[in-house]
Formats: sequence, C-alpha cells, structure tokens
Amino acid sequence: MNHIRVISPGLATTVQDLGRPGYAHLGISASGAADALSLRAGNLLVGNPEGAAALEMTLAGGAFEFESHAIVALTGADFDASIPMWTAAWVKPGEQVRCGHARSGARCYLCVNGGIEVPLVLGSASTHLLTGLGGFEGRALKRGDVLAVGRGGSGAKAPAQRAPRLKPAPQSDTIHVTSPANAYSLCGAPWEVREDSDRMGLRLRGPTLDRHSGHMLTEGVPLGAVQVPPDGQPIILFVEHQTTGGYPKIANVISADFHAVGQLRPRDQVRFEQISIDVALTLLQAQEDWLHSLA
Amino acid sequence: MHTIAASDRSLLLIFDDRISLAAHGDVLRLTPLLQSVRGVTNVHPAYASILIDFDPLAIRHSGVERAAAELFAQAAGAPLPEPRTVEIPVVYGGEYGPDLETVAALTGHTPDEVVAIHSSADYLVYFLGFSPGFPYLGGLPESIAAPRLDTPRRRVPAGSVAIGGRQTGVYPMASPGGWRIIGRTSLRLFDPGADSPALLQMGDHVRFVPAAKGAI
Repeated sequence: MNHIRVISPGLATTVQDLGRPGYAHLGISASGAADALSLRAGNLLVGNPEGAAALEMTLAGGAFEFESHAIVALTGADFDASIPMWTAAWVKPGEQVRCGHARSGARCYLCVNGGIEVPLVLGSASTHLLTGLGGFEGRALKRGDVLAVGRGGSGAKAPAQRAPRLKPAPQSDTIHVTSPANAYSLCGAPWEVREDSDRMGLRLRGPTLDRHSGHMLTEGVPLGAVQVPPDGQPIILFVEHQTTGGYPKIANVISADFHAVGQLRPRDQVRFEQISIDVALTLLQAQEDWLHSLA
Repeated sequence: MHTIAASDRSLLLIFDDRISLAAHGDVLRLTPLLQSVRGVTNVHPAYASILIDFDPLAIRHSGVERAAAELFAQAAGAPLPEPRTVEIPVVYGGEYGPDLETVAALTGHTPDEVVAIHSSADYLVYFLGFSPGFPYLGGLPESIAAPRLDTPRRRVPAGSVAIGGRQTGVYPMASPGGWRIIGRTSLRLFDPGADSPALLQMGDHVRFVPAAKGAI
C-alpha cells in the first residue's frame, strides 16, 4: 500500500469526497468537496471513480511526499504547484508534490489513483470540520500525518508522454440564483466576501437587505441557500451548512454554480443574477456533459 | 399541503404555518417514505414542513411533487407508532449548569424550583436538525422560559442541557451556543460509530431526570 506523508499541511487541508447525503433527518449536512466539479474531474484524470476521496487545500497548499509511484492530478484553483495542473502526472518514490498560495480562487484538489483511504463515517470519507466528523481524524491535516492510498482502480492509465490537459472549468464573479420570489435586492449590487467565511457559509458584505418581517418557523435549508439574518447581510449556506434554520431565505445558488462558490475567497467581489430553474438545469446538464467528455 | 421549489434541486413541502401536532404527524409519517423515493438524496424534517433534496439529473420537481402527493394521500391518517419515552439523567447546577441561578432569578424561582419544573415536564422531539443529533423539543413550561444570552458562549460542552427562550435542548457535541446552561447529561446524543447515530428520534418523548453529581 502506498502512503503520503504530510511535509507541510497548508492552511486548511482536509480529506473530501462527494459527501454523505441521506442523514439530514439526523441533523447531518452532506459536507463533501467545496468545489465538487474539480474533485470529480481530478478523479477522472487519474482513473478513479469520480467520487473517490482526495485532498482539498484552501488558500495555501501543502507539500506531500509519496512513498511509492503514484498517478496524481491537481485540479481547482492554481496554487502555483510543482506539477502541472489539470492533467495526470507520475510521481516517483520520495517525490514531493508541493503547492504554494492560491493565485486566484480558493481551493485546489490533489487526487491520487486509488483515492485517499480513511475509515468511512456514515458512508463517506469527507471531513465535516465543524463537528469533527469523518475524514482524517475529523480534522484538517497536520505536519507528519501519514495518509494511506487505496488500491488503484483498473481505469488507471499511465500518463502518456503528452497526457491530455484539460481546460480548467471557467471561473466567474457572477453567481446565478433561483428565487421563489424576486431576488432583485440581492442582484442589484456587488457583494464582498467576508473574512469569516468558511465551508459552513460564505458571509457577504454590502448594502443592508430588508429583513422579511414576520414569524419564520424553522424549516429545512438546502445547499446554497442565501439567508438573511437580522443584520441584513446575506450568508450563502455552504457544504457544512446547518440542516434547518429559521432565517428568511431570499434566493438559492444554482447547482451548476456550486463549484464557483467553492472558489470564492475573502475580499472577492461577487454579483448575483437571477435565472429560472429550467435554465439552471440546462446549465447543469451542460456541465455534466463537459465532465463526462473527460472520461 | 403546498409546495415551494426551494432550489433547483430541492422541494419544500409545507403542512402548516405554525407548530401543531397534526403537522408533526404528517412530518413523522412522510419522512421515512420520502427517503425511499428514487432520486431523493436527503430529507430534512422540521416542525411543519419537509425539505426534499434530490438529484435533478435523475428526477425533476414535478416528479418529486407527484411522488410526495401520492405518499401523502397514502399515509394520511395512518396510525403513528407508539412513541418511545427516553429518560435523560441530568446533573443540574454547579459547574455543569452555570446558568441555573440566573435562570432562577430571571423567572422568579429558586434553583430547586427550576429543576423541579424542568424535570417534571413531558417533552416531544419534533425533529432533529441544525447540527448532528440536536433535538428540537416542545413542551418547556412557560414559567421557566428565559431569554438567550446576549453574547453566545464560544464553547458549550457536549451534553449541556439548556434553555433558550421558550425552547429547551441538549447540545449533542461541543459547539458555540447562546442558550442558558442549567445542567449536563453524560448520555451521548450523537455517536457516529453507532448503528443508530442519534440517541433521539423525532416523535420520541423525553423526560429529564435529576441525577447525583457522580452520574457524570
């Protein structure tokens, strides 16, 4: 079995897969990769099932030393890494994959043929940082941690001399939302991502939104809900979101833009544009087609 | 029942606009049925609504709505299972319940009276939500309802039993929290390794039983 030693962990590096859906009735949100599209693409590049566990780095990447030969791929934001991105690459025994700081975007994924092996918690390898659930001991990686790599999938192809290189998924500073009413007040102004944003929620700074007055009974909240707490500053509920909440929700990020939310970083400017659910699902289908053109 | 498309991959079923036992019964009957609908990925029960997450590449809002309406008609009026009663031993006051005396002062009781009132009521688990294993309980006697802290604590220990406004609850894991802590239980409300990770289920009845300090 191959192992990866953490030489330096980076700012907040966690083991992530596509999350653990199916437990919202117990108060557990799905968690999983903040930019699931990049994780899936990286896994396809190294011949894994698209939901295999990988390392998610945030803003500042780490250095990881491989014990044996491995096929790896880096996807997501450009972290100024020691290997090329968006393509499969060989690493040799003792070689380190080193990542620097994010040049733009927030998250970069290191996928390894065979996937990162950690005990599954409720069917998933993903780390839920806030509750210390899953992943590697329920926490972000530390220097000296040793991660096991699973047995390689049969789909692994040794990267050719000139392995195909993907065009990264386009980044955008416009996030599309759907809304049961009219999200005009949200769409009318630019917003700044606040420093205290994390995997649970992206806190935005901008004009104060009207609070929809009236009694609001606690109800389920979906991934990507834009909720407005009493201070009038919206929060996009993200992968580690609470499963229920009592604040009014004025809009919801479309599925095809979740990956873009996962790449937002503090002080980024972001705009919202309202579209219909039909258009949102057409965009999602196009994204799936792009992803499956890789396989 | 009416529905709202909450997002491009979720549908909210609403049974009532307020907390009621009738709506709770609907939520209780429908939640497990919805979980087995093909394409449904997650089901979030609440006081009087259920949010259904689904894979929009496998099923659309109209399909989920149709399935929900059929199941709703099927399940309407079906008898609910006999509720379980779960006893939660609580060490009240002292280091485990640092706000007990404040709650007593705010509500015009002695600390012993607060304990007696809190532990004599029968509570209903409306649903689990917010964070893993956290029960939304109904049934707190109004005479010991106490406002939340102005500044939430950064860390409330796991097992803390607390009052926040007209609600009471138990923190399954250490987390920030703004409710007033009156005691602590040694029961684990959430254990991810267990066959049934959450101790409580919606529909359970809960009683808090005063325990000696050595119980923790």
